[in-house]
Amino acid sequence: MSRNGALALGYHALFVVFMLAPILVVCWVAFTPEGFLSFPTDRWSLRWFYAIGRYPEFIAAFWRSLWLGALSSACAVAVSVPAALAIARHRFAGRGAMTALFMSPLMIPHVVLGIAFLRFFTEIGLGGSFTGLVLSHIVIVLPFALRLTLASAVGLDRALEHAAVSLGASEGTVLRRITLPLVLPGLVSGWALAFINSFDEVTMTVFIAAPGTETLPVRMFLYIQDNIDPLVTSVSACVIAVTVAALVVLDRGYGLERLLAGRAGGER
Amino acid sequence: MAFLTLENLTKQFGAHKAVDGLSVGVEKGEFVSLLGPSGCGKTTTLQMIAGFVEPSSGAIRLEGRDLLAVKPAKRGLGIVFQSYALFPHMTVAENVGFGLEMQGVAAAERTRRVGETLELVGLAAFAVRFPRQMSGGQQQRVALARALVIRPQILLLDEPLSNLDAKLREEMQIELRQIQRTVGTTTILVTHDQAEAMALSDRIVVMNQGRAEQIGPPHEAYERPATPFVANFLGKTNLVNGITVRPERISFGVTGLAGHVRTRIFQGNHWLYQVDTTAGLVTVIRQNTGEAMPAEGAWVHLVWAAEP
Amino acid sequence: MGASRLGGRAVKSAPYLLSLPALLLFAAIVVVPLAMTVLLSFHDWGQYKGIEPVFILKNWHEVLSDPYYLEMFGRTFRIAFFVTVLSAVFGAPEAYILNRMRSPWRGIFLLVILGPLLISVVARTLGWALLFGGNSGLVNKALMSMGLITAPLPFIVTETGMVVALTHVLMPYMVLAVWAALQGLDPQIENAAVALGAGPFTVLRRIVLPQVTPGILSGAIIVFALAASAFATPAIIGGRRLKVASTLAYDEFLNTLNWPLGATVAVLLLVVLVAIVFGASRLVERRYAQVFG
Repeated sequence: MSRNGALALGYHALFVVFMLAPILVVCWVAFTPEGFLSFPTDRWSLRWFYAIGRYPEFIAAFWRSLWLGALSSACAVAVSVPAALAIARHRFAGRGAMTALFMSPLMIPHVVLGIAFLRFFTEIGLGGSFTGLVLSHIVIVLPFALRLTLASAVGLDRALEHAAVSLGASEGTVLRRITLPLVLPGLVSGWALAFINSFDEVTMTVFIAAPGTETLPVRMFLYIQDNIDPLVTSVSACVIAVTVAALVVLDRGYGLERLLAGRAGGER
Repeated sequence: MAFLTLENLTKQFGAHKAVDGLSVGVEKGEFVSLLGPSGCGKTTTLQMIAGFVEPSSGAIRLEGRDLLAVKPAKRGLGIVFQSYALFPHMTVAENVGFGLEMQGVAAAERTRRVGETLELVGLAAFAVRFPRQMSGGQQQRVALARALVIRPQILLLDEPLSNLDAKLREEMQIELRQIQRTVGTTTILVTHDQAEAMALSDRIVVMNQGRAEQIGPPHEAYERPATPFVANFLGKTNLVNGITVRPERISFGVTGLAGHVRTRIFQGNHWLYQVDTTAGLVTVIRQNTGEAMPAEGAWVHLVWAAEP
Repeated sequence: MGASRLGGRAVKSAPYLLSLPALLLFAAIVVVPLAMTVLLSFHDWGQYKGIEPVFILKNWHEVLSDPYYLEMFGRTFRIAFFVTVLSAVFGAPEAYILNRMRSPWRGIFLLVILGPLLISVVARTLGWALLFGGNSGLVNKALMSMGLITAPLPFIVTETGMVVALTHVLMPYMVLAVWAALQGLDPQIENAAVALGAGPFTVLRRIVLPQVTPGILSGAIIVFALAASAFATPAIIGGRRLKVASTLAYDEFLNTLNWPLGATVAVLLLVVLVAIVFGASRLVERRYAQVFG
């Protein structure tokens, strides 16, 4: 049903170039054989990818980011499931306010959160700790986990649970056999979106991470402050590759639109 | 004492009485319909029998026992929901077998009974399908099978046919009646479709604003409506000079109430007329016998026999 | 069937119990730290005495009257404004064009345009530094070798550079918002207009645009808020000389160690943003509620 004329498609092409150029150029530079920033044309090399091995702090930061993301997303999902069920099922006083509260981290600038957590964690002795990192990440990814879990809970037909009860199921059985399996897709995608947001987060984390607890984006950011050399481009290229792979998997499995916007766009 | 009795059942939501002192007795094996417009309290009544809504006052007794004292999971009622409420993540066989699972029936026995019931509703070949792979009519039958397989004391149907298109609905009505006759389960149907209620039921309960306006066999309620509401709700009726007359009782004669035909609509097996008379607009229904019928604009005379 | 309970006695406290874990978490980890930060902004600080927990207005007075801070906030919101306008002007048409594509192209390009949202912002901004950074920036090198320019286009450490890079980073949010709005449109409405004789530009201007405007506006609110509070991109492109609110707060906290002052900057940013976002959201809702109910 493409009704796009040449003008529209031309604009679209330029737009896509604009969106992709920075990402592609980073990947391109990563393959330079030179010891400095350059754009490889006739010779390509993997030297800067191998070089990552000589910087254990990057590798450590990568694993830390992975673990941090997985853990904080799992906790965020675990906490948001009962909250989502409460909000989706019941009309109670303070429901709107509570939902707004849980979504508020989206509205609070991460720099403010970074400062707040830095102060708070220092006061309670968690300054620069991994625990502090996890807690702060749970907070900022919770809105994403909650939004998707809530969409699943809302989409769940209450009649299904009534049907199960009428057939003799106890409340525990209903939860286990009907509610949770049907809410699971929302949970998984909530976890995935939360993970991605945690993995990428740099603004808040740069305030509260200490040299021993740096995440990958923070390590990259701090490295760039001092110098831009091909090393950080090869690290970036790896990050981009992993993200793209995860993106494709997510889109196939769930749909990128649904993931980001919380609802599906229709086919016409 | 009847098999199931609703005694003075009332449900109040704030100031609004959804169900107001409803008393009905249902005999074992009977097919009873709760019929009425939306908001008349029929669905709320069903929910109270099922246990999802607590009555404000009144009693429900099943074989003399107080049903309200029993938790919904233990009432042993078979329910077909308006949206069918099939478990999307389970196959047809798993859906139908779920109630048996909850009852602790062994796997082999479960498979046998599920197979039996699927045969009964004509879906034996669909056991391993998922609900989303089936049509609306098929899903409806799965819902019915799931409710019947547990051998419930009462079958509750909440507007089960309202999502089907007209032709399918007619077919399902006939099938539903046959199945109910075969299995013999006491059945309560909730519907707003008076034709459906009359077609399926041994007795109908015509409800309006939470109260039963008439309880009786369909034929009786139709011919001898207890109130104007019932008269208007079941079929069409005319009020001519203070007398209610059914449209199919009126014919075109030589003398009688004079009028001229405003509209004539062909409906296959009958003609529907709207006739302008001095007594107001009168609806007339005449069988299609192949004879020539008065056209729009024609002058006619309306005759009918006095109601007994 | 809507019902008030699954079985047994109705449990009125169920929703509260269910939300308790999340509530406790938020009370402890969000409300308390934020309150502490606001308090912090009223504390005193000295290079040798550190943070002194008193209640004075010194920091607030400084931030609200010193021209350095006013200029910096002005820059922050100016950049945010331009980023918002650019992303709306260029993002909305793209969303419209995407919407009219056939699948599979539609899905593919949606992935291409929205995907970068999930790619690290550091990597994306790094790309801009590589493209335009001084003499060695790719674009500059190419343009210079073609003889089109003699000196490299200024990009790093310019507001323009920050605006362009931020627009790139935040553009997907705008496309997403407009896209979501477009999904809610009945395609037959456009056909109805065409059947009544409207030309393509009239259809765009009089039919599509008015319906999509709420989407553009909500996208604008998101982009503005994110642009004003952006950190990584201004830090990399702006360097040490061109500060915005976030990078200034970072400086105060991690370099100068004047935490109270940094807290003041951050709280002020938060308050202004919340006010703008709420006010704008209300306006949009009110204005468009009567159209869309």
